[in-house]
Amino acid sequence: MTATVNSRLPGELADATSSDASLRRFLHGLPGVDQVGAEARAARLGTRSIKTTAKAYAIDLAIRMVDLTTLEGQDTPGKVRSLASKAMRPDPTDPDCPATAAVCVYPDLVGVAKETLGDSGVQIAAVATAFPSGRAARDIKLADTADAVEAGADEIDMVIDRGAFLTGRYLQVFEEIVAVKEACARPDGTSAHLKVIFETGELQTYDNVRRASWLAMLAGADFIKTSTGKVQPAATLPVTLVMLEAVRDWREATGQMVGVKPAGGIRTTKDAIKYLVMVNEIAGPDWLDPTWFRFGASSLLNDLLLQRTKMLTGRYSGPDYVTVD
Amino acid sequence: MARIDVRKTYKLYIGGAFPRSESGHSYEVTDAGGKFVANASLASRKDARDAVVAARKAFGGWSGRTAYNRAQIVYRIAEVMEDRRPQFVTAVRQAEGLTAARAERVVDAAIDRLVWYAGWADKLTQVVGNANPVAGPYFNLSTPEPTGVVAVLAPQESSLLGLVSVVAPVIVTGNTAVVVSSYERPLPAVNFAEVLATSDVPGGVVNILTGAAPTIGPWLASHMDVNAIDLAGVAGDAALATDLEVAAADNLKRVRRAPAAEPDWNAEPPLTAMTDFVEIKTVWHPIGV
Amino acid sequence: MVPTGSSDNVFAYAPAPESRAIVDLQPSYGLFIDGAFVDGNGTPFKSINPATEETLAEVAEADERDVETAVKAARRAHTRVWSRMPGSERAKYLYRIARIIQERARELAVLESLDNGKPFRETRDIDVPVVAAHFFYYAGWADKLHYAGLGTSPRPLGVAAQVIPWNFPLLMLAWKVAPALAAGNTVVLKPAETTPLTALLFAEICQQADLPAGVVNIITGAGATGEALVGHPGVDKVAFTGSTAVGKAIARTVAGTDKRVTLELGGKAANIVFDDAPVDQAVEGIVDGIFFNQGHVCCAGSRLLVQESVADEVLAKLKRRVETLRVGDPLDKNTDVGAINSAEQLARIHELSASGEAEGAERWSPACDLPSTGFWFAPTIFTNVSLAHRIAREEIFGPVLSVLTFRTPSEAVEKANNTPYGLSAGVWTDKGSRILSMANQLKAGVVWANTFNKFDPTSPFGGFKESGYGREGGRHGLAAYLAADEQDGER
Repeated sequence: MTATVNSRLPGELADATSSDASLRRFLHGLPGVDQVGAEARAARLGTRSIKTTAKAYAIDLAIRMVDLTTLEGQDTPGKVRSLASKAMRPDPTDPDCPATAAVCVYPDLVGVAKETLGDSGVQIAAVATAFPSGRAARDIKLADTADAVEAGADEIDMVIDRGAFLTGRYLQVFEEIVAVKEACARPDGTSAHLKVIFETGELQTYDNVRRASWLAMLAGADFIKTSTGKVQPAATLPVTLVMLEAVRDWREATGQMVGVKPAGGIRTTKDAIKYLVMVNEIAGPDWLDPTWFRFGASSLLNDLLLQRTKMLTGRYSGPDYVTVD
Repeated sequence: MARIDVRKTYKLYIGGAFPRSESGHSYEVTDAGGKFVANASLASRKDARDAVVAARKAFGGWSGRTAYNRAQIVYRIAEVMEDRRPQFVTAVRQAEGLTAARAERVVDAAIDRLVWYAGWADKLTQVVGNANPVAGPYFNLSTPEPTGVVAVLAPQESSLLGLVSVVAPVIVTGNTAVVVSSYERPLPAVNFAEVLATSDVPGGVVNILTGAAPTIGPWLASHMDVNAIDLAGVAGDAALATDLEVAAADNLKRVRRAPAAEPDWNAEPPLTAMTDFVEIKTVWHPIGV
Repeated sequence: MVPTGSSDNVFAYAPAPESRAIVDLQPSYGLFIDGAFVDGNGTPFKSINPATEETLAEVAEADERDVETAVKAARRAHTRVWSRMPGSERAKYLYRIARIIQERARELAVLESLDNGKPFRETRDIDVPVVAAHFFYYAGWADKLHYAGLGTSPRPLGVAAQVIPWNFPLLMLAWKVAPALAAGNTVVLKPAETTPLTALLFAEICQQADLPAGVVNIITGAGATGEALVGHPGVDKVAFTGSTAVGKAIARTVAGTDKRVTLELGGKAANIVFDDAPVDQAVEGIVDGIFFNQGHVCCAGSRLLVQESVADEVLAKLKRRVETLRVGDPLDKNTDVGAINSAEQLARIHELSASGEAEGAERWSPACDLPSTGFWFAPTIFTNVSLAHRIAREEIFGPVLSVLTFRTPSEAVEKANNTPYGLSAGVWTDKGSRILSMANQLKAGVVWANTFNKFDPTSPFGGFKESGYGREGGRHGLAAYLAADEQDGER
């Protein structure tokens, strides 16, 4: 199993996953992250002043990067249908307003979302693997994944086993990601995109975030994602900074691009633009595309729409002029 | 028939050894009444140069010792002096023309001064160091460190108490010293060198040149591998003191200026006697997980 | 919606210039002596904006007569007012000044950026806030001098002559003026001739605070003015920040006097990166170390010492990072690297950089469009530098980094200390015991471990060896303006 995954990697990276010990050596050999330095860097990028045309561009880009999300126990087909409608046409009054990248739902509602979205181009992401805690047997996680893919999910957002990670059983985490990746395969030979959620609020240190990033990329993650949104803190700028550094370095080492998705806690246009500035300056402009960067968010979209209207009309809008879904 | 004295020609103290002056010169030392006592080596600029090399070589090891260890060694100097108290009393009597009682008080004060300074070795950092509460997530600590090689022009009048009072603060803080003794009263300094050689002070930590501050001083003041200079030995000679301070500017030596006249060395020394020869180093480190 | 300035869809930042309307510049400025602006007796000179070469204002030149007047005014204010005032009252003046600086922060930041060429982002986020912090910090000392470690009743020295450089005009003013005033001294301060304007605005702030006349005097001029001030017999204390050459001249000038002196001079700091460093933060620290304030920083990390085993990786990351630096209009809020302060300084940077190439070092700069008017120099990195090269020994005082390598910790220490300077040093490693060992061995007054170029009013700053003597900041910086209860100069 690992052999197939590793065939796409340069020798030294492939060797890293040959045993628990070598994986540990590799992950612990990654350069450390100084918390204060990383946070200072993120804060300074946050002082970039994005105005006028650049801001207008950034807002539309941010809308196109949103994984419009509902992950509640109270979710219903009706809720998901209206969310999907909003994803396709965020601003009903403006046909030029771009659609979001995806909607993100629980697996059992993938079918409902697919009915509404059809071939609109808006992707369906499903959280699987006993989201959000990940505390279930592996075959259940794999079944959860396969079920979502079969129901039509384009993207699977899995959670890693934080318990295993924090006790240092890295190979177990690695193998589970590989297994889920395999479960993402469709009969036609294509595969759902796999986003790997770290729940950085539980990993706590930036060193752990960096290790988790490399672990997931070694295992074949298409995206690395900060959080479930169910644990505080969720996405933060410095956590995302560390992950952007990881995908940048991964590309340097392998030539492959991996996407990044901060999720949870990003609510305002101002925040979203800070993230885009960070993507631009840390990973580089190649990542400024919904293929490579996403926002996992729900309320963010409305603020983006309010700001977009302000940019277009020159006056401040209000909540009555955007839909509540 | 009276026994013929063995006349002594004293040598310099450089790098833990007792060499003659490379120039071969010596000069007659008389007591306060003008009577011949002994010959002392007349240090030249080349001896000063050699002494600086020895002091620099000793600096790394000496400054790297624990403060506790430096305290022990300075205290040990006092112990050995106490042992040889009669010899110092005689030397001070001869040099300074004092009564026996007064000379004893001077020697006692010099020994006590060493004990006083020995105690400073592991306290100065606590007294002049600081933890600084910077406005950010950083650990920030300022501590004194020795400046390096210090040239000491020892007082001309107070040949022992004055000498000890200018040498002890330099070495107890971790510096090494090149000392020019009193010209006319060098023998207590020579005795002191003999004490140093037998009291665990590593060679080169204190180097003692007997000779004339006006001739050696300028070479030390302008020496680019000397970090600081104490001008105590040219007190009262404002013109020379100024010249030396000007020369010291060549590499921005720390200068402890000469007073207008030699002070009363019995007074408790000010903190500046030590702090003039230390550098405050401040280290920052982020606080994070 | 598409971005401007680009045909393909890239995220180009639109210009974000800070308005300069907040600054009300007068066409000409006099000297600030005894609480009022007066004409100077010298030949007025112009202060220009180094980013555009436009004249900002004409400034008076103080000659010896003006120095005499200013020192007399300071002496009078010291004897009659300031030294007699209870410390708690002096404190309140300093607090007032601190508050006014905060209130006028934007104005000060814009003016500093205009006159100096440094990025507004830095004046807004670093210079001016730290200036206010200095006044706040030392204000609180004014009525607590007996806790400064100099006995129960330490006394001020008298009149302080203060000569400051052009790289941090207002910040250096604060470093000098705040502790001097808190300790009960009065001051005559001379700002650098290329950056006098924020000091003159500070004079207005002193008026606004109703600071008693003569407590702060600000005289403008060049080297001759500074020389006259430092040499004036009525001065009790000299505080200078600037070049080592001038520092030595001052040390000679004051020789044989009772003047107390502190000198903050040049540097050629080593920034040492070990193979276990937190590499992304180290790269950031290297960039901050040498490109902050266009490298016009005495404690700049101008020599990168990188362990050979990670040299390629660190350099690749460093170059990629430097390519993202935005060089240009200092008033644009997104500018990282602004203008070189003067044509003279630019010429020096060019000359030393040319020597680096001539001596065989490899020169690299990112592609960047420099404005056609004003004084500009692209961020530059020299590799294959040896310790014998001029660019590894001489202070360039510009955005030019010299990269050297080492193999072992002892080699790093040896190379780092192999300089007549000793102002600052950086160490990057994840190993705690190594940090402390390096910090012990480096001959530098400030050691930044896993960080660089951090400043704080509570933190003493100053150098070993030819980087000068004395400390500014913290309790030690206060002590530099006080004498112990007994007579000054006691042994």
